[in-house]
Amino acid sequence: MSTEYKPHPEDALSHVEEPATVYPVNPPTKSMDLLGWAKSNLFGSVPNTILTLLALFLLVKILPPIVDWAFISSVWSSATPDACRVDGVGACWAVVQNKYRFILFGLYPYEEQWRPVVSTLLYIVAVAVSCNPRFWSRRLLGLWAVVVIGSGILMWGGILGLPYVENEKWGGLPLTLMLSVLGIALAFPLGILAALGRRSSLPVIRSVSVVYIELVRGVPLISVLFMASVMIPLFLPEGVTINKLLRAFIGIVLFTGAYMAEAVRGGLQALPRGQYEAADALGLGYWQKTRLIILPQAIRLVIPPLVNQFISMFKDTSLVFIVGLFDLLNTVKTALTDPLWRPFYVEAYVFTALIYFLFCYFMARYSQYLERHLNTGVRR
Amino acid sequence: MTEPNKGRSGASFFNDVRVRGIIAQIVVLGLFVGLIGYLVSNTIHNLEVRQIATGLGFLSREAGFDVSESVISYTPADTFGRVIIVGLLNTLKVAVFGVVIATVLGTVIGVSRLSSNWLVARLATVYVEGLRNIPLLLQLFFWYALITVSLPSPRQAHKFAEGWFLSNRGFKFPWPVWEHGHTLGVIGLLAAVIAIYLLGRRANRVQAETGNRPNVLIPGLAALIGLPTVGWLIGGAPTAFDVPALTGFNFSGGALISPEFAALLLGLSLYTSSFIAEIVRGGIIAVPWGQTEAAVALGLRRGLVVRLILLPQALRVVIPPLTSQYLNLVKNSSLAVAIGYPDLVGTANTTINQTGQAVEGVAMIMLAYLTVSLTISAFMNWYNGHISLRGGR
Repeated sequence: MSTEYKPHPEDALSHVEEPATVYPVNPPTKSMDLLGWAKSNLFGSVPNTILTLLALFLLVKILPPIVDWAFISSVWSSATPDACRVDGVGACWAVVQNKYRFILFGLYPYEEQWRPVVSTLLYIVAVAVSCNPRFWSRRLLGLWAVVVIGSGILMWGGILGLPYVENEKWGGLPLTLMLSVLGIALAFPLGILAALGRRSSLPVIRSVSVVYIELVRGVPLISVLFMASVMIPLFLPEGVTINKLLRAFIGIVLFTGAYMAEAVRGGLQALPRGQYEAADALGLGYWQKTRLIILPQAIRLVIPPLVNQFISMFKDTSLVFIVGLFDLLNTVKTALTDPLWRPFYVEAYVFTALIYFLFCYFMARYSQYLERHLNTGVRR
Repeated sequence: MTEPNKGRSGASFFNDVRVRGIIAQIVVLGLFVGLIGYLVSNTIHNLEVRQIATGLGFLSREAGFDVSESVISYTPADTFGRVIIVGLLNTLKVAVFGVVIATVLGTVIGVSRLSSNWLVARLATVYVEGLRNIPLLLQLFFWYALITVSLPSPRQAHKFAEGWFLSNRGFKFPWPVWEHGHTLGVIGLLAAVIAIYLLGRRANRVQAETGNRPNVLIPGLAALIGLPTVGWLIGGAPTAFDVPALTGFNFSGGALISPEFAALLLGLSLYTSSFIAEIVRGGIIAVPWGQTEAAVALGLRRGLVVRLILLPQALRVVIPPLTSQYLNLVKNSSLAVAIGYPDLVGTANTTINQTGQAVEGVAMIMLAYLTVSLTISAFMNWYNGHISLRGGR
């Protein structure tokens, strides 16, 4: 009806006396030009205006010096720090130019560093592929097996004509990535087991799970790492030793497993009781019920918290610095022990912080996307 | 089967769910006990081979190493037991300050993210995203380097007033020479806090009975200022100050905020505040808009709407995640060991290195953190129960 005759909106008023014809009038559009926007979002009221002015004042005070320091009067490239010691010079990005190989790859032999580059890329590609819900299938496990074994061969070498590199020399970004990705991969089954154990009706299994989860969640990661590094050698029979990397890795897996267990438990509790009862009514046994009915739904529910757990784990791997592993944070700290470049610690830390930030920020955005994506799937 | 089994399902013995449950538990228990026993026997053997003593006897031996700062008096001649107490108190000190600062900052930033002011909301977002996506340890290194490398040496210290110095050795400021008057003043302050609490409760009762709320602000302020002053005066009104002065290459006298403490407190508070900001934002969003409209329709003033309607409901959502952030802050304070602040992990670690008694040392660290964590969660659970909806009233 309304499509047949569209009067000019201003005409609408002149036609009011005509009965039975109501013309739809669009609501007044918000004037979204810059001034109107600024008026409603920045200068809406007196306190608002004061806040805006304060914020602007701060920005004007802070931003130009930072931009000047970082981009305009900075030194981008120089083989020695002398160019940075001149008065009035800003950021000395030359420290990154000179040290980035060590920051990114640690003590790994210089000529062989294409190998950690390739394994890092393998991991990043595998993570990126796994992020897409379209590829969630059993074949993904195959891809991961290939990536883990492939990067292991690359990093260790010793076959295919690659010189052997012991894992004491691994370091930097590949180490951080491997610790967090493999850590989460092993902590996940551990967390599922502990979560199932905590919900079990069998008192012994429940108490073992509760003690493990609460004990680990009550203490800092540092103390778990300390325990792993000083106590695992004591636990093992005489003559058996395992290296620092593996010990720290065990500590990380045990630590993350407890947090994963709590996330998975949230998913288990969120499932409607009917799902459990229906599975029982079908005559499924405990493991069949868990594997076919409960876990697929529960894990789907907890994927966003699990991604968040991955983010915090990625940041937490920086603590292996304390037990003497050369992860990304330790390499930058070691690079700064060079007295020549020591004064330019801000630039080196900013560079490292950017790497961490990029990974964490995109994972966080991904987790938000996933939350929306999975929700629409459930709502139908 | 002519007669159904009572209590047992009709399945054969080994297919009975309860029998299987018992068998599974026996197996798990056996594996668990076996594993522990194996590890313990290995440990005892290893300790014997390495000739490391066991037991807590080392706690009463002389420590022989110094710590850079301590809440209680400490000298290297004191025992290992005392040095671990010193570490624990240092951990608690930074945790208490950190929790307060992070909560205040986090609330301000969280509210700012919801501000109708575009610029303020954006700045708050940048703050939150920037801080929470960078590892805390990296931030600690950054702050520590900023303080120790960028600030001038004591000889060129920034001097704000007589005795107020900022240098790469920390922040020095005058501090009263402690006497009875100060102790009595602190007691007066505590009494004032209790008095204000009681005044508030009485005001609530009177308001519930008569509808008029007696004024709390003025008597409260009077108590807050008056009682400590009275205590101080009774104690002889001491006015002596210990003013820092440059002697040689460093300052002597006065009170000190060390670079380690400052870096740790700054890093912990900023990092945790970014998480608290998100929690506060979530809590405010969780209160339906209709609640605000209803409150305004009742004629409540803006401040009262926030205090009586929004805050109580938002708190219910906020308290549980806030508790875990407080616990995280306490646990994260253990990163102090990386920048040399003598916290519990730091002093216990030195003790382990000196005595070789790793098992006892690590056990004590874990026990201390577990105690602190459980205390905080117990308190927050009590508080949460106190403010949550009471069903069936």
